[in-house]
Amino acid sequence: MDSPARLACILFTTAAFAPGQSVYPIANMFKPEATPADSIYNISMLMLAICAAIFLVVGGLLLFTIVRFRSRKTDNSREPVQVYGSNRIEIAWTVIPVLIVIVLSMATARAVVEVQNKKMPPDALKVTVVGHQWWWEIRYPELGIVTANELHVPQSTLAKPAHTLLKLQSADVAHSFWVGQLSGKVDLIPGITNSMWLDPRRTGIYLGNCAEYCGTQHANMLIRVIVDSPADFENWVAAQKLNASSDPQLEAARSAFLSLNCINCHTVSGTAARGTFGPDLSHLMSRTTLASGMIPNTAENLRAWVKDPQAIKHGNLMPNMQLNPRELDEVVTYLASLK
Amino acid sequence: MAATTHIVGLGEAEGVSVPSKLHDWLVTVDHKRLGILYIGTALFFFGVAGILAALMRWQLAYPNSTFLTPEVFNRLFTMHGTTMVFLVGMPFFAGLANYLTPLMIGSRDMAFPRLNAFGYWIFLMGGILLYFSYIAGEGLAGHGTAPDVGWFAYAPLTERAFSRGTSTDYWILSIMLTGIGTTASALNVVVTVISMRCKGMTLARMPLFVWLMLVVSSMVLFILPPLTAAQIMLLLDRYLGAHFFDTQAGGSAILWQHFFWLFGHPEVYVLMLPGFACANEIIPVFSRKPMFGRAAMIGATIAIGMVSSGVWAHHMFTVGMSASSNIYFAVASMVVGIPTGIKIFNWLGTMYGGKIRFDTPMLFCIAFLFQFLIAGLTGVMLAVAPFDWQVTDSYFVVAHFHYVLLGGLLFTLFGAVYYWFPKATGKMLNETLGKWHFWLLVIGFHLTFDTLHFAGILGMPRRIYTYAPGRGWETLNLISSIGVIFQAAGVACLVWNILRTLRKGEPAGNDPWDGWTLEWATTSPPPEYNFAALPEVRSSRPLWDLKHPEDPDWRYE
Repeated sequence: MDSPARLACILFTTAAFAPGQSVYPIANMFKPEATPADSIYNISMLMLAICAAIFLVVGGLLLFTIVRFRSRKTDNSREPVQVYGSNRIEIAWTVIPVLIVIVLSMATARAVVEVQNKKMPPDALKVTVVGHQWWWEIRYPELGIVTANELHVPQSTLAKPAHTLLKLQSADVAHSFWVGQLSGKVDLIPGITNSMWLDPRRTGIYLGNCAEYCGTQHANMLIRVIVDSPADFENWVAAQKLNASSDPQLEAARSAFLSLNCINCHTVSGTAARGTFGPDLSHLMSRTTLASGMIPNTAENLRAWVKDPQAIKHGNLMPNMQLNPRELDEVVTYLASLK
Repeated sequence: MAATTHIVGLGEAEGVSVPSKLHDWLVTVDHKRLGILYIGTALFFFGVAGILAALMRWQLAYPNSTFLTPEVFNRLFTMHGTTMVFLVGMPFFAGLANYLTPLMIGSRDMAFPRLNAFGYWIFLMGGILLYFSYIAGEGLAGHGTAPDVGWFAYAPLTERAFSRGTSTDYWILSIMLTGIGTTASALNVVVTVISMRCKGMTLARMPLFVWLMLVVSSMVLFILPPLTAAQIMLLLDRYLGAHFFDTQAGGSAILWQHFFWLFGHPEVYVLMLPGFACANEIIPVFSRKPMFGRAAMIGATIAIGMVSSGVWAHHMFTVGMSASSNIYFAVASMVVGIPTGIKIFNWLGTMYGGKIRFDTPMLFCIAFLFQFLIAGLTGVMLAVAPFDWQVTDSYFVVAHFHYVLLGGLLFTLFGAVYYWFPKATGKMLNETLGKWHFWLLVIGFHLTFDTLHFAGILGMPRRIYTYAPGRGWETLNLISSIGVIFQAAGVACLVWNILRTLRKGEPAGNDPWDGWTLEWATTSPPPEYNFAALPEVRSSRPLWDLKHPEDPDWRYE
């Protein structure tokens, strides 16, 4: 990697950006912040309790047996009593596990139905998430918004419950959407539409990853779910619905951008840039990160990324466009204006 | 003269020239030599796969590491997984089954000695072909070298659109070759066990080891075809324009997963049951008691074999199956826990009331019991579908299956190496080095894999070549990587022990452990014909009957 990008990468900590918003970088499934994660948490605690009890009993018996029945120097040379088995004991240690399995099965079935068969209210926010090698396309069909890698959803409160229903699809290979504090993972599989739902109760930024190996940069296919308060979410929606800003003073920069191959892969709303292969750039500067959550969206990082994306995220599908310094200046200037 | 050289046993051929010895090994159809070749090859590939794993742990020891590029890392985990399953686990099964089955059932060889040799060599070719991809996988177009699609190679990542070049083809073809070898071995074991038992050895008196090998071999015959079929479909997709998994032309990405796990899940038991088989022999001998509940053990094994073939989709709880399918596969997977639990209880029952000797083979089996208990419990956890939604494809799963395959399988296999090495070579492995091996491996194993459960719970997905700091994973990963040093030192003790013992080991005698099964009735190493006169047995512990004429087992049958 080149030095500035490398430095940005190394200094990159998840708390280093997003001022004012709390960040939850540790996707700990035992700190649930939404109903589906709660259901999973509850069944997991029951399961852990049962397994811990089994471990203590069986492990304790093993330990006792090993210590109590170890051969000792003082032993005589006679063989111990030869016992071949006992049907009564066999039945006992078959029936007890059967009972445990029955209990755990019923609890599991209930939790599966709770999460999977939940009826969504008609006013649930509908979002389509499309997995790409190695980024997330995020569409709000009812709001006409297209963005990438950072999923904004409204906070769900007791007074005003808000559900978000995700339709999960893939444009290429299998991916998996996993933000542990909000829900379990669901795969994004080409040719199939899966779904999951969220109702997060605390605002903030929740980190997650693609959890199905999807090729070279699987590791850097990071997802951020940004839970906004209802008012913040309204503001965000309103801003995203606008066409991309077109500052007349940046006319030169804009026409330079539009004259380059950038537009074959990227969309900027209200312009001739209509490509759909890469992330939508209409409101690029409203996002906190670049490269699917790999680096913070700063001026230096943006420039380094446009100059040579391969130096930062080796193997990603955006080629080094070999821009000359003047083109680079203009493209970065234009992109930086896309608030 | 030809006849006399023909019956010279392994290790007796002193004074024979090196080329002639090599020639003997190349053309051998002796089940013991083929067994040793299988196990030696498995140990070699184990070393290779271990080095791959160590490189990965080095890369993951600290965040944002640039020690390896993503491409190299992705090849490493693909090759590590493929090697451990197909080039270490499977040949260990074939090697143990080959070496011990005829000796334990009192037969002179396997039923099909030439098929046996063919199986080994075709398996070895498969292994070489897989690693040849590092040299030749580049092809003419320069699209990467070794396979990098993961050991379960999910479509459509393996389709030509996403996996150019020939690396995926190397993966397909080399595994097909090893599959031919494994099928040959399995067929051979089934026929040998059914038709070549010595006089008096009814199925009910057959050693548990042989019983388990019979079950494993039968499973292999049923589960390999789905994998081979899927691989052929993938080849058709890649080269003849078929669309089985090509989602853009209406193919199904899920189809591959069903086919693969229809093989892949029972495969876990195919790998694990040989470990159980070894524990079944070692634990009774070192507890000085017969196996508690023999019939229940056999029944539990058959139950595991059958139930494990109906639970495959618990690897697919997140692909979007209906709630009812998820519940079925969750419950079925929990049911596997019942016969597995019965096994652990029976081992416990065997040790209870015994006089337990802590020689190296038994140490490995005791560690196995504790570790497999934990592995089994995390397995039950993963069967709870909602918990699985969280931790599948995370480091929790990585930790779980390494607990099964390293903490469970590999520990029993190492126990088996210490237990039967004296039989195979006539020399005792050094106990002190054995104990060093054991304790270093125990420490290393727990440092490496206990920590990874927590990394998974904290959201770390598997198969990532690097991670950013600040996500709660750094310390866990560093400890995990440090564990590798201990594991490597442990394995180095084993290698040194074997080399040293082969040069100047203590003679073992025919029956160093005071064992009860027929392999201890012949010389160490056994002659090529195994037994001067074929034995006749009256119980499941023929040597106990010989040693204790006042209290023979057959009196209780």
